[in-house]
Amino acid sequence: MSLEEAARTAVDAALAAGASDAEAWAEESTSRRIRVYGGEVESLSDAGGRGVGVRAFAGARSGYAYGTDLSDEEVAQVARTAREAADVADEDEHAGFPAEFGTAAVDGLASAALAEWSTARKVELALAIERAARAHEGVTQVENAVYSDAEGTVALVNSRGFSATYSATQAWAYASAFAGAGADLMTGLGVGLGRDPDALDAEAIGDEAAERALALMGARRPESRRCPVVLDAFVAASFLGFIGSMLSAEAVQRGRSLFAGREGDEVADPALALVDDGTHPEGPASAPFDGEGSPTRRTPLIEGGRLLGFLYDARTARKAGTQTTGNASRGSYRSPPSVGTTNLIVEPGADDLAGLIRTAGDGLYVTDVAGLHSGVNPVSGTFSVGASGRLIENGELGTPVRELTIASDLVSMLRAVRSVGSEGRWVPFGGSVKAPPVLIGEMSVSGS
Amino acid sequence: MTLVDRELAASVLERALSRGGDLAELYAEARQGFSLTLDDRRVERPQGGRERGVCVRVVQGESSYYGYVDGTAEADLLRVADSVAQAVRGEARRPAALSALWSANGHAVTVHPEEVEARRKADLLRACDERARAAGAEVAQVRVGYAESRRLVEVYGSDGRAAADDRTRVRLSAQVVARRDDRVETGTDTRGGHVGFELLDSDPEEVAKKAAGRALTLLDAVDAPTGRLPVVVGNGFGGVLLHEAVGHGLEADAVQKGASVYAGRIGEQLAAEFVTAYDDGSRPNEWGSDGIDDEGTPTRRTTIIEAGRLTSYLYDLLRARKDGVESTGNGRRESFRHLPVPRMTNTFFAPGDATPDELIGDVERGLYAVSFGGGQVEPATGDFVFGVSEGYLIEGGRVTAPVRGATLVGNGVEALGAIDGIGADLEIATGYCGKAGQSVAAGVGQPHVRLRELTVGGTGS
Repeated sequence: MSLEEAARTAVDAALAAGASDAEAWAEESTSRRIRVYGGEVESLSDAGGRGVGVRAFAGARSGYAYGTDLSDEEVAQVARTAREAADVADEDEHAGFPAEFGTAAVDGLASAALAEWSTARKVELALAIERAARAHEGVTQVENAVYSDAEGTVALVNSRGFSATYSATQAWAYASAFAGAGADLMTGLGVGLGRDPDALDAEAIGDEAAERALALMGARRPESRRCPVVLDAFVAASFLGFIGSMLSAEAVQRGRSLFAGREGDEVADPALALVDDGTHPEGPASAPFDGEGSPTRRTPLIEGGRLLGFLYDARTARKAGTQTTGNASRGSYRSPPSVGTTNLIVEPGADDLAGLIRTAGDGLYVTDVAGLHSGVNPVSGTFSVGASGRLIENGELGTPVRELTIASDLVSMLRAVRSVGSEGRWVPFGGSVKAPPVLIGEMSVSGS
Repeated sequence: MTLVDRELAASVLERALSRGGDLAELYAEARQGFSLTLDDRRVERPQGGRERGVCVRVVQGESSYYGYVDGTAEADLLRVADSVAQAVRGEARRPAALSALWSANGHAVTVHPEEVEARRKADLLRACDERARAAGAEVAQVRVGYAESRRLVEVYGSDGRAAADDRTRVRLSAQVVARRDDRVETGTDTRGGHVGFELLDSDPEEVAKKAAGRALTLLDAVDAPTGRLPVVVGNGFGGVLLHEAVGHGLEADAVQKGASVYAGRIGEQLAAEFVTAYDDGSRPNEWGSDGIDDEGTPTRRTTIIEAGRLTSYLYDLLRARKDGVESTGNGRRESFRHLPVPRMTNTFFAPGDATPDELIGDVERGLYAVSFGGGQVEPATGDFVFGVSEGYLIEGGRVTAPVRGATLVGNGVEALGAIDGIGADLEIATGYCGKAGQSVAAGVGQPHVRLRELTVGGTGS
């Protein structure tokens, strides 16, 4: 039975159980994961998964259920469970499907090249990453080098006649390298991602892990100061992931966003432009339709420093009297749709990294932050997070530093952006984000 | 009724070892769950789920080969076993005869939550909402979540192991937002256990009340101080300090890779003589407890620090084999879709005899960190960062103003050495621990603990 057929069976069963409307999201995937250590395969896996999730409406109430068995009988049982669950919920006058359904044209979601790679070649790629990292003098250990890929197909069917499917592939790899030993051991991470292993540069991933660790050798706690701070792409992406979650209409309407009521306001320096783009050909989160059948699209969020709007699904859009932006996101068939970012993209600026560091003059270059998810207050936006990196001295990278904290609040930080870098890259932190390094005019750095 | 019958399990293991391997394992799991949320005065997101699947693993030397599939159909199991065997290079081996299936049944469940009417759970959330809102006019938003799960697990090993576990967990959590003019603060609290619905018999609304209390307190918070200060860490969730700064570094996978600051330091005096700590997956009905771990080893209490001396790492089967010791029952996995790795269960400092007042009374100027928003550590160095979600200034031996935006930054070894007082009030809180892309239920706990000095980062000066 095809995924679309299984989803249709579920929708029919939900309607038969008394649902006023129903929707089923069915999914099938295979994935591989190869972890190497010390020139040997440490683990290798080959996996298959499938499942269906059903959202059933009973008027203004809705319930959800999921299961991993796609037989007619089990799918129908899942649908009935969803319908019964709806009875427990309170009514939500804004609940329901989007007014229109559709699919966007998105190129290159699936790469045929993935299937051409044998397992042995993928193992060799992971080993090459490890070798590249180990080749650097001063690297004492490569904790792990991991290659992973997945191909999956999704089908979405609802009781209003929408029925669509798409397939996507993904390959990614990372390595973490150590430099030094004992209490002065430093770690560095290298990452790469794309639609197939051809997009992964093993050398570059290994080099990045090694270089990031080596750059921190001899790091100490700096003196406290207020100074310009350059966030590298990894760190900028982590912060932007946080900001993205607060631009969801869900967070805004529930009073959990510091951006509530600020549409049209200048919330950032004019140098900063941020978009959410579910159709970007390279975007890991790209898809032709969102979790409830709206076409995906490109939504500018911040332009010239001004907040243009928020991200919506059908329910939050109805509540706000506007249109969905195609941001009903699904983690998997195990969860109902909820508002989320797709691919967050920071428009690149003019300066390369060296230029940003020169402009900073004397300050701090941050290459790693720790405890971001616990250190940022999602409501007020105040944060204080652990960090490591290098001091910037006379416009150049200087002394390595660690065990320091940087503190500010997100709005002050956005307003203090002085320059946005030119070299954006996809980073799998904070969701799916493409970010360049960013120079912040001033932040509070706390050390000894 | 078993998930996989014995004969099928035996043939899966035989097929898995058809091209060699030191050990093979079949892990089967059936999970059902229900969850419900109350947000903005509305009960929403009622959700039920049923999953079933298996993982087949073959270990040869230092390498693990595995595959997993949804469902427990005979054809799928044999296919996964064959596909995993394909990756192995060696001579076929015969698995040992399976012993009789041993059911752990370690933790009593009086009221199975799936037998409680869904409406009662919805009403419980409404009562929590009411209690949180009654805490003060400045309470602006209340979110309460209820979740239950039942997980049946079976493990069959080529060494003859055959063990089963039946795990029921219930958890109630509350997040409250308080607002005063432009100022917005959040407070949270949870209650959970490896236990039935009886967990919520006595005053479940207390969870909502505590969360509201934290949010309201923070409205009056001043900026956190920065610098090197004495820190008194609260009981319960304060144990996240031990979990992050020490526990992860004791997990044997990190140790064996030299990726832990605690590698090669068993027997070393790392803390004062009054400091003792355990990892205990057998503690009755505790959140991080199970009957067996996810490799079929019965859970147990492992002393990790005894009288200040480092005494043991935490092992799964693979790492135990490498060190020539027994597994400590810490081979845990999120689901059949993951490989087991050494993970903490419930990790906590043993109680001492001080009262919180005594610990605080000696501090001229310091921080009282009651609760954390979470934390992160680099096990290789022991460097850690914790966000303090509820904290207060200590001035002249007394707790004074609440602070916000404080973080604790430091190093695990340094922090252990800095412990200069332990209270008597042991409490264990419910957390989820993430590692290697897997999230598992973990109990974190401790009595009140005082650290001589630690770096406090904040927004103030």
